[in-house]
Amino acid sequence: MRALYFIPLGLFLFFAGLAAYMLTEGRDQTIPSQMIAEPLPDFTLEPALEGMPGVAKSDFIGGEPRLLNIWASWCLPCIAEAPHLDRLKEEGVEIIGIAVRDRPEAVADFLSRYGNPYSRIGSDNISSLMIEIGASGVPETYVIDAEGNIRYQHIGDVRAETVPLLLEQLELAR
Amino acid sequence: MNRLLLAIFALIAAPVLAQSSMPPAPYAYTQLEDPQLEAQAAELMNTLRCLKCQSQSINDSDAPMAGDMRHQVRSRLLAGESPDEIRSWLTARYGDYVSYEPQVSATTWPLFAIPALLLAVVALILLRRLGKARSDSDENTGEGAQ
Repeated sequence: MRALYFIPLGLFLFFAGLAAYMLTEGRDQTIPSQMIAEPLPDFTLEPALEGMPGVAKSDFIGGEPRLLNIWASWCLPCIAEAPHLDRLKEEGVEIIGIAVRDRPEAVADFLSRYGNPYSRIGSDNISSLMIEIGASGVPETYVIDAEGNIRYQHIGDVRAETVPLLLEQLELAR
Repeated sequence: MNRLLLAIFALIAAPVLAQSSMPPAPYAYTQLEDPQLEAQAAELMNTLRCLKCQSQSINDSDAPMAGDMRHQVRSRLLAGESPDEIRSWLTARYGDYVSYEPQVSATTWPLFAIPALLLAVVALILLRRLGKARSDSDENTGEGAQ
């Protein structure tokens, strides 16, 4: 009977321990898209700058799987991922860009500084395509197969170690 | 003196320029004309989670992404969608994370089951205790009458 008196203390220690564990443990803060394996929505985005074509769903249909890269000239990690996108382009991957809440002159300035790996860049000024495909931030990179289905999502900047991963996912999407 | 003042004003204005990005989406900060629809929008936006901020609803947040989500909510309501349809449209994209209105599902059922279970246990204990106390006092009065 006396042992029952220790139940509240036991519960308290359990919850205190749980709280301490949750506070110290590094958590995965990313919000994965639920749209993997779903088709891209029908969309048309105006060109993000003069001299380059805009983006529509039809640009993903046919041929090889492509990368859809969501970025912005105001986004610092996007500068860090630029050389790795160049490497993917050198590997023969078509990268279609979506510039989020960006101005044409800022986009042009970014491309002249950090290189242009894109075949076309659409302008998404109200995050409409981002929300449609479940993207929660900038940058994000998606593998889109030749039927226009979303096959893989990479959240955050593309790093050197992400390049082989994306190439593998592009191969899987063929 | 005027030049100095101008220079000072220019310094004050510089941060404003640095912040200038794109104008917000049309319905990010503009209410719907129909007050009934706007009330529905506000109610829904209070229970949708901002993806870019810590524990804020999209109605509370000034993050550009939250503004763009408010635009989606308001323009979809205007197009005739119901609040429930809009909520499930968003959870189809971001999962339960985006909703502050918990639904019963494979992962959330304990949230609803545990309080009910605890209440049942409490009721059971109370019934037994009270029942026992009553029969005890019945016995006592019975003895007193003798």
